[in-house]
Amino acid sequence: MSAINSNIPEGELTSKWTKFKSSVPLVNPSNKRSLEIIVVGSGLAGASAAATLAEMGYKVKCFCFQDSPRRAHSIAAQGGINAAKNYQNDGDSTYRLFYDTIKGGDYRAREANVHRLAEVSANIIDQCVAQGVPLAREYGGLLDNRSFGGTQVQRTFYAAGQTGQQLLLGAYSALERQIGMGKVEMFTRHEMLEVVKIDGKARGIIARNLITGELERHFGHAVVLGTGGYGNVFYLSTNAMGSNVTAAWKANKQGAFFANPCYTQIHPTCIPVSGDHQSKLTLMSESLRNDGRIWVPKKKDDTRKASEIPEDERDYYLERRYPAFGNLVPRDVASRAAKERCDAGYGVGASKLAVYLDFKANTERYGKIEASKAGNHNPDKETCMRLGLAVIKEKYGNLFDMYAQITGENPYETPMRIYPAVHYTMGGLWVDYNLMTTVPGLYCTGEANFSDHGANRLGASALMQGLADGYFVLPYTIGQYLSKEISVKAIPTDHPAFAEAEAKAKGILDTLIGIKGTKSVDHFHKKLGLIMWDKCGMARNAEGLKSAIAEIQQLKKDFWSDVRVPGSADEYNPELEKAGRVADFIELGELMCIDALNRNESCGGHFREEYQTEEGEALRDDENYAYVAAWENKGDGSFELHKEELKFENIKIAQRSYK
Amino acid sequence: MSTGNMNLTLKVWRQKNTKDKGKMVDYKVADISPDMSFLEMFDVLNEDLITKGDDPIVFDHDCREGICGMCSMFINGRPHGPKDAVTTCQLHMRSFKDGDTIVVEPWRAKAFPVIKDLTVDRSAFDRVIAAGGFISVNTGNAQDANNLPIPKAQADAAFEAAACIGCGACVATCKNASAMLFVSAKISQLALLPQGQPERYKRVQNMVAQMDAEGFGNCTNTGACEAECPKGISLENIARMNRDYYSAKFISEEEG
Repeated sequence: MSAINSNIPEGELTSKWTKFKSSVPLVNPSNKRSLEIIVVGSGLAGASAAATLAEMGYKVKCFCFQDSPRRAHSIAAQGGINAAKNYQNDGDSTYRLFYDTIKGGDYRAREANVHRLAEVSANIIDQCVAQGVPLAREYGGLLDNRSFGGTQVQRTFYAAGQTGQQLLLGAYSALERQIGMGKVEMFTRHEMLEVVKIDGKARGIIARNLITGELERHFGHAVVLGTGGYGNVFYLSTNAMGSNVTAAWKANKQGAFFANPCYTQIHPTCIPVSGDHQSKLTLMSESLRNDGRIWVPKKKDDTRKASEIPEDERDYYLERRYPAFGNLVPRDVASRAAKERCDAGYGVGASKLAVYLDFKANTERYGKIEASKAGNHNPDKETCMRLGLAVIKEKYGNLFDMYAQITGENPYETPMRIYPAVHYTMGGLWVDYNLMTTVPGLYCTGEANFSDHGANRLGASALMQGLADGYFVLPYTIGQYLSKEISVKAIPTDHPAFAEAEAKAKGILDTLIGIKGTKSVDHFHKKLGLIMWDKCGMARNAEGLKSAIAEIQQLKKDFWSDVRVPGSADEYNPELEKAGRVADFIELGELMCIDALNRNESCGGHFREEYQTEEGEALRDDENYAYVAAWENKGDGSFELHKEELKFENIKIAQRSYK
Repeated sequence: MSTGNMNLTLKVWRQKNTKDKGKMVDYKVADISPDMSFLEMFDVLNEDLITKGDDPIVFDHDCREGICGMCSMFINGRPHGPKDAVTTCQLHMRSFKDGDTIVVEPWRAKAFPVIKDLTVDRSAFDRVIAAGGFISVNTGNAQDANNLPIPKAQADAAFEAAACIGCGACVATCKNASAMLFVSAKISQLALLPQGQPERYKRVQNMVAQMDAEGFGNCTNTGACEAECPKGISLENIARMNRDYYSAKFISEEEG
């Protein structure tokens, strides 16, 4: 076990980033032209980085596995993006956003990174609006805000329930502009299968052209991974079908430590599972908790319809347990509370694994306001509901439509049924203050890194972090490394390191095709998902984790002896792509359990049943676990733990309370 | 593993690669649940094909929540199937009946060559955006976001145009394989916003030129694109684009 250096600049927290920016070595324009950067991933963190680096003059190659960079899964983010603008005059500030994020992450994030994130948050909104991103506005023409969990201010900017789409299309258009100018070379339908290292530094990648199956070698003076999260390790999650850990996992095998893999976010408001055919879960945005009240019946196993249960027989358990934050407690708290009620027998719907999200009270309230605006100060209930529904429709129409389409129920008439589902992963590749991994020249941005959210991410902070990293942080910090690389000429890709990496990637593909077993890739993926959900999901314990590790090791053996991958490696073969990703998920799943077993405390999204307060809240152990667990892959199936101690110099560490 | 009781016949386009001629192939699927999405029904079929040792059907899909724009099946003669305003991934089997025969083809357009089975190449759309679908503002150049108020109605109209997911249903359904709805949605979004004004006329000319170069057809005002668009993008955008396009001709003549 050894300590690792996070390279946090000296000085006061509030001046670290400003000082860093004014003292970081620069690369002059003519040198930038001969420095090549590879960006893997074209979501918010990848596309924004690729576009900005190209604007600065670097030669950029960008890769995505989808048919267009516009399809990256950032597109599906619904609710919003946080920024400390204080446009609502409700007392927001850089410090408050910093504080809320550290507290929301249950004191397991790095102060310096989070403060920098809060500092650049306002620039993101300016940049996006300048790009033509149509964020929601008020009648006066200024930008509108709403609330998200874990905060008491309104700092969330949004575009209906499609904020991720609009922000991604902004970054995508910036990227396409650079592609059109010849400054970014774009490789769609390409998947990174290996990091190429020369003399200890990242110098390129091996990518597979998914259409032809051809393995390609690409050189870069530096490599940036913006490849997203690993929630699909659970099989069912709100991630896209193609979302995967492969790029990050290959990097881990090449020496990039993987940090806090057990920190996964289970989002409280998703559409419940309807059957075993289900291929993915759909989120209902956290923004709905602005106007939706969560409840279950007070009576166990109550089979009455929601509408038949009178007000005084409903348990608004979040409002009851957390009066200060009510329905807007952070996600981990809301998810565990839902699980607690359902496990105790108060769940609703056919599966009993659901709670109600009810808009009635606020619909009526909005209706009253609307009636009053129209001069009717004593409206009847029916008028209130009619006018109120129009307001709800404008705010959340697309989400309500999606719910109706998936469940076949009308959420304007009956409350939504929701249940927690895997949504986001706070863990990821360990990076220092510069966003560089433990492999020199290999960077990691966005959800793929571990850096800013601690053990739990607050709503509307993922979009903020992805764009902060890509637009405003990495383009500066990468200069520190590249300024020392200006004399390095592009390395020809017939270098033995490229040949070796390509042979390794080819070996894996050929092996997968050659197994010719009896079970499909999905068969193994579903099995892995069940193990992870049952034993490394919303609640974990030592005994369960130990048995999960044994089960995953067995699953790995079964996979490599019995998987059936049809077709060949030299054609368009989505089953082969899936097989490679699931092989990596299986190994990651084991590490997640190892990490969860190592962390003998509860914090944020990591809830160990052995460590809880009398009221069932997460019980941290700051004396022994106030560290980032960074895992080195030893290559033989074992992992070595390295610790980065977390120092809280500006925030008093305390038990997190939303009561 | 299915839990329902619908039995269906599928007629699916199979094509090994771009050069292959391709043909329709019949398949039977059993015990389909009405709660499944159309793509989950295809998952069941593919699982069955893999178990039997056949090649699974290749189709594009990713988010499965109707926003990434990747899924692209032409179902019973309509892009994204019989239901209005949804993508294929959000089409559920309750929209069909037990015993139905369902015909599934790829998007068909000269500018969207078939890659394999139901997967087509839509990179022409990216090239149209690269020709001008942006505002030229480098990172770090922006002023405070609230320095420039935009009337809500105008911002909302820009948002409605910006809601396009780039799936290509408009092209697939158009008898001319025209991309005007897609192209005009981006042009409208930016033309409606003050930030988009400096490049407004250059943008429309460059994007239309690229659209033509990609081999998309012309618009004859049939309106099928609007009817089939899963996101309800309006034909008004095409009118707005045409107006800007002709204005641009006069403006460039004056300037030139």
